[in-house]
Amino acid sequence: MSAPPIRPRFGPGDAVTVSARFPTGRRHLRTPFYIRGKTGEVERVCGAYRNPEELAFGAYDGARLPLYRVRFDQAHVWDDYAGNPADTIDIEIYETWLEPAGGPTHGGDDSDAA
Amino acid sequence: MPHDSHEHAPIEADGPQGYYQHLAAATRSLLIEKGVFGAGDMRAMIERIDERSPAFGARIVARAWTDAAFKERLLAHGKKTMKEEMDIDPVVADIVVVENTADVHNVVVCTLCSCYPVFILGRPPDWYKSYAYRSRTVRDPRGVLREFGTEIDPGREVRVHDSTADMRYLVLPMRPEGTEGWPEEKLAGIVTRDTMVGAAEVQGSVQNRYCE
Repeated sequence: MSAPPIRPRFGPGDAVTVSARFPTGRRHLRTPFYIRGKTGEVERVCGAYRNPEELAFGAYDGARLPLYRVRFDQAHVWDDYAGNPADTIDIEIYETWLEPAGGPTHGGDDSDAA
Repeated sequence: MPHDSHEHAPIEADGPQGYYQHLAAATRSLLIEKGVFGAGDMRAMIERIDERSPAFGARIVARAWTDAAFKERLLAHGKKTMKEEMDIDPVVADIVVVENTADVHNVVVCTLCSCYPVFILGRPPDWYKSYAYRSRTVRDPRGVLREFGTEIDPGREVRVHDSTADMRYLVLPMRPEGTEGWPEEKLAGIVTRDTMVGAAEVQGSVQNRYCE
């Protein structure tokens, strides 16, 4: 069997913004609160993996999602960051949580999909 | 304390089971009952995890220090390289190997839980799983590192890696001066667990690892 090829929407160097959405209820989200709404740069495409938000509830047959490592400036992430202004933080983020930087930072219609 | 004294009370009963212990026991029983795996499979997996230790990661680091072409492949394809060239299977989806240099110091944390490359470093230390380490390392990495006795030069970039998803991380520490010409086995002996998480830097002397 052959799954359709996964075509990542973003590539290394692309500026991306993490969706600033805060779904509630019974969820398993792997996007930390502190990074939502922040803008960084794609460091690498890690490949395509099952969506943990479905996997956590037993759905093993969902589509695979591109996963990225995104690099953020610490001074941008924390208003009171006291370290070197060049300090950075890399975080793994699934494609459904990323928007092109400069676009809307809200996830839109799918943000509350069950 | 002399080893022949037994001042502690003998363990005569396990403590009361908490919510998560009950949950784990119930889940295990169900999985075995439904034939997903057997009790022996579960025992064997725990044994397999417990057999792993930081010595596995240390061997990988020592190889990278002595073989530039290996290091290049390791940085590009962590899991594939350690599996195919050293027969060390990290089991997870992939290992991202991040290299410390004169310009960058890397440190790993999992803010959401306690993701850790157990098959190359063994089980994580308690501090790695603590709420304090997980919450503070992302926002004050230099302060946390200082509490580990690791002072990072203000001019060097500190790069935190929040292990939030499918990747696991191995920090490739800097090889200390004064170790030129050391064989791989001797180099592996100075690479400790904390240096591969980024909490410390490798010290150049083997004696530092032992108390008297």
